[in-house]
Amino acid sequence: MIRRLIAQARQTQLNRRTLLAGAGAGASALALAACSTGGGQSQPTAAADNSANDKTLNWANWAAYIDEDDDGNYPTLVAFEEETGIKVNYEVAVDDNNTYYGKVKDQLALGQDIGADTVCLTDWMVARWIRFGYTQALDHGNIPNLANLTPSLQNVDFDPGREMSIPWQGGFAGIAWNKEAIPGGLTSVSDLWNPELKGRVGVLSEMRDTMGLLMLENGVDISGEWGDEEYNEALEQLRKQVEDGQIRNIKGNSYLEDLKSEDTLAAIVWSGDITVINAEAGDKWEFLIPSGGGTLWNDNFLVPIGSPRKTNAETLINYYYEPEVAAEVAAWVNFITPVVGAQEAAAAIDPELAENQLIFPNEETLSNAYVFRSLSGAEEQKYQTEFQSILLGA
Amino acid sequence: MAFAAFATAEAQPQAPKKKSRIALFLLLPGIAYLVLFFLAPLISLVLTSLQAPREFGDIGQFDYAFNWQNYVTVIQQYLPHIARSFGYALAATVLALLFSYPLAYFIGVKARRWPLLQSLMLVLVIAPFFISFLLRTLAWKQILSDESIIISSLKALSLMAPDAHFTGTPFAVIFGLTYNFIPFMTLPLYTTLERLDTRYLEAGSDLYANPFTVFRKITVPLSMPGIVAGTLLTFIPAAGDYVNASRDFLGGPDTQMMGNVIEANFLVLLNYPAAAALSIILMAAILVLVGIYVKRSGTEDLL
Repeated sequence: MIRRLIAQARQTQLNRRTLLAGAGAGASALALAACSTGGGQSQPTAAADNSANDKTLNWANWAAYIDEDDDGNYPTLVAFEEETGIKVNYEVAVDDNNTYYGKVKDQLALGQDIGADTVCLTDWMVARWIRFGYTQALDHGNIPNLANLTPSLQNVDFDPGREMSIPWQGGFAGIAWNKEAIPGGLTSVSDLWNPELKGRVGVLSEMRDTMGLLMLENGVDISGEWGDEEYNEALEQLRKQVEDGQIRNIKGNSYLEDLKSEDTLAAIVWSGDITVINAEAGDKWEFLIPSGGGTLWNDNFLVPIGSPRKTNAETLINYYYEPEVAAEVAAWVNFITPVVGAQEAAAAIDPELAENQLIFPNEETLSNAYVFRSLSGAEEQKYQTEFQSILLGA
Repeated sequence: MAFAAFATAEAQPQAPKKKSRIALFLLLPGIAYLVLFFLAPLISLVLTSLQAPREFGDIGQFDYAFNWQNYVTVIQQYLPHIARSFGYALAATVLALLFSYPLAYFIGVKARRWPLLQSLMLVLVIAPFFISFLLRTLAWKQILSDESIIISSLKALSLMAPDAHFTGTPFAVIFGLTYNFIPFMTLPLYTTLERLDTRYLEAGSDLYANPFTVFRKITVPLSMPGIVAGTLLTFIPAAGDYVNASRDFLGGPDTQMMGNVIEANFLVLLNYPAAAALSIILMAAILVLVGIYVKRSGTEDLL
């Protein structure tokens, strides 16, 4: 380490700036014990694939995002293990895109194994990983079932040709309300600003969903070209509703507690969740894609740069692209499956399930759902800072 | 801290004059621990707080630099949150002291005659620690929600406006902070009051002091070490707390404290220098405030 520091000092003129940089590298080396970050200019390189000798796989995913039986087993995964002999260690390690990223980012920058061979993350976070070179290119030859991927998801702007990421499940953000408190129901985002609901409205802390819905209400196509003007117009609307006390709170996954405790009577929500709490706490809530349009997002498989088990991950992805397997998962998690043929397979299990627009949306439903366009690093920084200024208050 | 104060009451034996290599050797693990887990992270934090954004860099990309303006920026941007953190922490400390003092006095002085009651009450003070404090805070959120028995009764009695609510307000956050830190106030107070020599109190009343004067002139000064230790143990963590004020727990968008700002800057905005600068400001501010407080209350030997 010392030798490197000396070399570094020689290379550059020794002024205050570089001295601090050198000291910084030293300190982080001390703190992180042998894994200094220092500059981190170069992109990490992919780990060698050892799948042939190592029949295990670590899969990090979100809570309640795979079929589960009463004993806590995952039936489709058990079948996969029997079929392929690959032992899967399924971990519910992701509870938020940002906190998960915060946890693994330093290891990723160094190209180290983060303890997961495949992770399912949301579009915009996947876009960031791909930009930073934190993912491994997938070998489509190992995933023949990829032919079942629904056509609209085959090309996305952050990953043309799906070379790095493959969808796991998707969902809508829309509005939901308590049917007992609001018997008349709601139709648009503007209905949330009804004075009768003052202090009883919740919105999501996920910038793309809350801002996406507000912008759609203003008639902006969030997938297309839009800029500061459209964003700021919606932002000021949101700020006003928060400052006036119309919006009670801005939350991530825990918004469901507020709906259940009736602190909020209407909210911007994620589609699958409403099906789940209706099953848990009585059929009290209704979900709707608002008239202005809803957002559509996907969580995607990716293989982190330091994983030595890429082929095993590809085998797993291939397995979940079998329509029968995808139908079994969809029946349990209530989110949108990206697998063509799963609807027919689901009809065989339960015809009513196959008709559920939130799991198997038809053309009409999809025509009112929009994907938030990808943001550049600078845009992300700017728009998130402004959105956070509302979340953090003055 | 409070416990050490009593140990030093007796005359200390003279420290050995001769420098001992063994003593130095025995100190090594402690020094290594401090360097590795305190000094190194602290240096790393200071260096991070001075980083500058990389030119044409992506979100979250920074280079080591000497960008001291970071401190000015975060103070300008987050001054309300800094003030709020210390305001809430102060309110919670005062409230915790008001609740804890009578409690500690009862357990430590009045309950001396019944040792069983004394230990039972102590257990009750400590019992909340058996459950994770996240769970307890979440439970309060449910208990105080709009449709809960407490809030709907208050509304029925017209003690609360019909459209008012409790969760997500500053009161809820201060309530949560007070509740969560009360044991840290009660225990040090108890340890000093438990040793209070009641003969002083008797002497005071023999000399015609009324109970209030006895309390003011005898009990409070004698329990000062407990008050100082308790207020420090409450104020310091309360100022940096981010759970109670979090929007997921008892807070709302207008109750965010410094901890929440640091969290948002670190996890969502990936503005690591701002998060680091705020952390250092928080540490420095607490150090200064506590220093002044300890100096003024005349109990330097506690630290």
